[in-house]
Amino acid sequence: MNASQLLPLIVALPLAGFLVNGLAGMYLPGYRERKNWIGWFATAMVFVPFLASVTLFMGLEADSRPVTYHLMTWLQAGSFTSDIAWRVDQLSVVMMLFITGIGSLIHLYSMGYMKEDEGYWKFFAYLNLFIFAMLNLVMGDNLLLLFLGWEGVGVCSYLLIGFWYKDMEKASAAKKAFVYNRVGDFAFLVAMFLVFRHVGSLQFDAIFANLDGIPADAAFWIGLLMFIGATGKSAQIPLFVWLPDAMAGPTPVSALIHAATMVTSGIYLISRMSAIYVMTPEVMLIVAVIGGITAFVAATIALTQTDIKRVLAYSTVSQLGFMFLALGSGGFIAAMFHVITHAFFKACLFLGSGSVIHAMHHVEHELDHHGKHVHFDPQDMRNMGGLKAYMPSTYKTFLIATIAIAGIPPLAGFFSKDEILAMLYNAGAFYQPVYFVLFGLALVTAFLTAFYMFRLTFGTFHGTFQLSKRYPEAAGAEKYLHESPWHMTLPLWVLAVLSLVGGFMGFPDFIVQTFGNPDAHSNWLHGWLIGGIAEYDLALAKPVKWTILLASTALASFAVWLAYQRYTGDRAAESDAALQRGLGGAYRLWSDKYRLDEIYEGYVANPILKLSDKVLAVFDLKGIDGLVNLVAGLTNFTGSILRYAQTGLVSGYAMYLVVGVLLVVGLLLF
Amino acid sequence: MDLLHDLSYFWPAAITSIGGLAAMMAAAFKTDMRWVNAVAVFTALSATVVAASDLVAGHSGLLFSGMVAHGGTAAFGTFVVSLGTLFTLVLSRSYLEKIGHHYAEVYALILFATTGMIVLASATDLVALFVGLETMSVCLYVLAGLVRERKTGIEAALKYFLLGAFSTGFLLYGIALLYGATMSTSLDVIAATTDKGGLYWAGVGLLLVGFLFKVSAVPFHMWTPDVYQGAPTTITGYMATAAKTSAFVAFILVLGRGLQGSVEQWAPVLEIVALLTMIVGNLIALVQHDVKRMLAYSSIAHAGYALVGLTAGTLSGYDGVLFYLFAYTLMNIGAFAVLAYYETADGQERSTLEQFAGLGWQQPALGVALSIFLFSLAGMPPFAGFAGKYQVFAAAIEQGYITLALVGVLTSAAAAFYYIRVMVYLYFKSPEQPVSLPAVDRLYGWTILLLAGLTILFGVMPSLIVNLF
Amino acid sequence: MFELYFPIAVLAVVAVVLALVLMVLSGILGPKRPDKVKLMPYESGMDPYGQARDRYSVSFYLVAVEFIVFDLEVVFLYPWAVRFLDLDAGAFWAMMVFITVLLLGLVYTLKKGTLDWDSSTAAHNRA
Repeated sequence: MNASQLLPLIVALPLAGFLVNGLAGMYLPGYRERKNWIGWFATAMVFVPFLASVTLFMGLEADSRPVTYHLMTWLQAGSFTSDIAWRVDQLSVVMMLFITGIGSLIHLYSMGYMKEDEGYWKFFAYLNLFIFAMLNLVMGDNLLLLFLGWEGVGVCSYLLIGFWYKDMEKASAAKKAFVYNRVGDFAFLVAMFLVFRHVGSLQFDAIFANLDGIPADAAFWIGLLMFIGATGKSAQIPLFVWLPDAMAGPTPVSALIHAATMVTSGIYLISRMSAIYVMTPEVMLIVAVIGGITAFVAATIALTQTDIKRVLAYSTVSQLGFMFLALGSGGFIAAMFHVITHAFFKACLFLGSGSVIHAMHHVEHELDHHGKHVHFDPQDMRNMGGLKAYMPSTYKTFLIATIAIAGIPPLAGFFSKDEILAMLYNAGAFYQPVYFVLFGLALVTAFLTAFYMFRLTFGTFHGTFQLSKRYPEAAGAEKYLHESPWHMTLPLWVLAVLSLVGGFMGFPDFIVQTFGNPDAHSNWLHGWLIGGIAEYDLALAKPVKWTILLASTALASFAVWLAYQRYTGDRAAESDAALQRGLGGAYRLWSDKYRLDEIYEGYVANPILKLSDKVLAVFDLKGIDGLVNLVAGLTNFTGSILRYAQTGLVSGYAMYLVVGVLLVVGLLLF
Repeated sequence: MDLLHDLSYFWPAAITSIGGLAAMMAAAFKTDMRWVNAVAVFTALSATVVAASDLVAGHSGLLFSGMVAHGGTAAFGTFVVSLGTLFTLVLSRSYLEKIGHHYAEVYALILFATTGMIVLASATDLVALFVGLETMSVCLYVLAGLVRERKTGIEAALKYFLLGAFSTGFLLYGIALLYGATMSTSLDVIAATTDKGGLYWAGVGLLLVGFLFKVSAVPFHMWTPDVYQGAPTTITGYMATAAKTSAFVAFILVLGRGLQGSVEQWAPVLEIVALLTMIVGNLIALVQHDVKRMLAYSSIAHAGYALVGLTAGTLSGYDGVLFYLFAYTLMNIGAFAVLAYYETADGQERSTLEQFAGLGWQQPALGVALSIFLFSLAGMPPFAGFAGKYQVFAAAIEQGYITLALVGVLTSAAAAFYYIRVMVYLYFKSPEQPVSLPAVDRLYGWTILLLAGLTILFGVMPSLIVNLF
Repeated sequence: MFELYFPIAVLAVVAVVLALVLMVLSGILGPKRPDKVKLMPYESGMDPYGQARDRYSVSFYLVAVEFIVFDLEVVFLYPWAVRFLDLDAGAFWAMMVFITVLLLGLVYTLKKGTLDWDSSTAAHNRA
């Protein structure tokens, strides 16, 4: 079979899964009960595309031409046409592999996690739809199809966050996610129009072939607007506040959409358009600065959170900031590398937290069953502790993923983070000294990351079970703790193994070159992607690279040691209190999330609403809507005045008409 | 014989007028309403089929001594108008029965209005254009005030009539001035004019005003919210789609056929009007709490988007507008139909957002359909609304109207907010008292689902229809 | 070019003179017994002065509208009749269609009782 014929299959299967489960579930109440079938079917609809992606991947070489498949012409406007066509190159296939791969694992995991939910069929239908949209995003051969996927994943995330619709908090979180994403989307659309204006096409091949046609200032705007689009989807300052709230959705959703795949689409977009970005260093710097600030800000917030999923959410925002730092310093491949390793360990962490929450829910349920009505937050790490004895698989995988994110060699996160740091230093040394500041910020963030992640792990799994201490009625509740079923632990182990070894796909060249052949290339990922991406050269001397590597390792190890000192043996509460005393105002600012939500509500959203309410309401009410009110108010006056008022209103409309006539005729005549 | 030959290319209008007469006679002789409905639907269906076959046949030319055109733009306009009428007639029955205004006269008026729309959408002479416009308008004035025991109904009819008459005055004056300047009312002769004095420009200006009023562009939009709110809901859907479509198609014919040579003069005017329309329509829609009124303002905003395509003043711009109208007809009739169901399903009147709380879970298929219509209206891919918006914006950009496209994209981003808000109420809020809506009339429900399906189909494959232009 | 307009001028003069003569003659010859009703501007019982908000029967409007329709019909019929022999069959059938449509309209209004001045039956029919 021809490789290109696999493309429609890869896209169509998840869509078929969505349609079958969605339609049958909607119309056949009996179908909804066949949960085993629904779950396996949905999983298969993602797993088969995974196998197909593997086949595609095997057939590609680092210097192959992209595999393309043209389905049909979608839009036609004048000289311009846009197709539904897919184009898979080295970058796309990497994205496809982990979208479908991690997607399959998360489908499998959800079969256990969502078992009791009445909306089981709906959940899997939405998940399949999400995979469909996400695949279009990374496989589209033009910006418009990419945008279709871009909007599609937004809608799916909206549906999945608001999945437990009866809960008001979730509904507003969903709306928040949607509105913030829209802000980014329109910037993306405008960027797309600019590309179209200068290139005359939205096809990637045509764009890359006509880069000369884009003047410098247009490149600046295109880059900036696309970046704004990316800040919405990938949760960067100033549009990141939706992501932590999005954790209101079911945990597998957080793992799939808000950690591994959708939030990285901004990074994919910028890597895809890297050729335009390298034309405009100003935008690169903006990208790096925003990324750096986001990484730092989110890490400090994560330090103060006690909700296990929120810590992970802010950690995600922070890691995404790292990726943007990489993009901004010309390390497009480094960013993609981090996207992949991050997908491994962050999905593992989220699924692990889901497993913990699942167990805590079970405890609450069992207590309830035995007549003890203890209401506690099953996501609050202060209620946990000592879980490693009861949930060994979850503990081990969580710990591996934590070591990976902390950047301890030789786990996955170490290599990708080190490459980012090296690229930053590189940009500082050869392009602009300001990157040195960002390098410093990144080091601090890396330190914080290791610290808060181990704070989380130790607080949750080490020490003793805190729930029975905090709630006297819950004494002995630990006997209800249990490990999750194999559906849930198997994905954890797969991801943990990937977190262990995944970093070797980007094993730094210089290590091999120091000890062995000076011309060796061990960084497979770099060699794989360099054909399609405009990466800056990493021109640092070997000793500098070694220094960075050792420094970041030392820093991470120190942070782990510090966390071990403070957060093992049930000392989490005191240590948090000590931290709070020591940092004072800064801590309060951090735990209030920099009051960004309040600032947006108070200074942006509300005033705009108020303004539009006031100005437009006056215009609307007095001008149009006010007929009823005015008539009601004026009935008190004499009939003659009422008559005047009524005729006055219609003639008011007529007055607008006359003004319009004067406008139109005046414009034409003069 | 010339007359019969010409008529054979003008069947849709003939069919609808005969159907209208039949409905009128049925009203006089008090025929069983089921028959009236069936005959009216059949009439609209035949008109649609004939219009579609004319469209596919692809011939074109002038009829009735150059008064009207057939084929091309005119055929497409006829087709969309007939299709809108068909859906309106199918959907109106159960709604009008519920509100107790199921008269045969309604069908007569709708079919007569449709005849007017078809003439309007095919006119190549200003006199024919005026006759079509007035036939349509007079019927619509009456339809707007159908629910005559409600004050809003009377208000709607009276306002529509007064302001409509006022604007018709401008239009007629414009026609007269153009006749004075060019000694003809034929668009082709007007196009050939080289001597463009003040008389000509004043005539063009007043003609534009007349059209801008009918398509409810700002600042000629003041009647729209009141009329759309006061009219019966399915009729509002009809006015917002079929009437607007025919006015836009006539606009395209006048601009493209009669005034293409002056594009540099009128395009800036339309640019300003389009900007105003998009901004004002969307912003006021943002603060509405009444869903029907919100859709009225949103229809103003959509007129703005269509004007973007006209401003481009190119073939691709006009084609974009035509597709936009088609997409808009599908999704807007659908949205109004679901609204009509919610309004009347269990005898409780609903119009504000709060009253819609939790309704999405009753009759899930309708909720999904409404979501599709709203997503499409908001311009989200892959629905038809997106494809339409994309084409008009692309045409504007080709001509260098970057500001227009920018404002268009910005305002549609803002617009998503008020469309999504409806869905938030539908799905994420609980009603104050538990409601349970009765099952929807079978035909009604399937029609809505068909509209939703078409909205998706033409979003994914707009080429199906675009290739027909 | 003035001679072209000469017949019209003659007609205008004749019209004015005739009107004046008739007025003067009726003033001289007619009997004079004025009373209140006779002195009203319209001798049809309709008082043009008074409250603007007075209501009167909608039947007046219906009759007036119908009158306008059939009055205007003549505008089309007259030139058609004058040139009838020079026209082809198409013109004949076109006019037949036109008249049929008008006729159907008349049937409708009759059935609806618009010309029925007895208010009770009229109301019944319109309901």
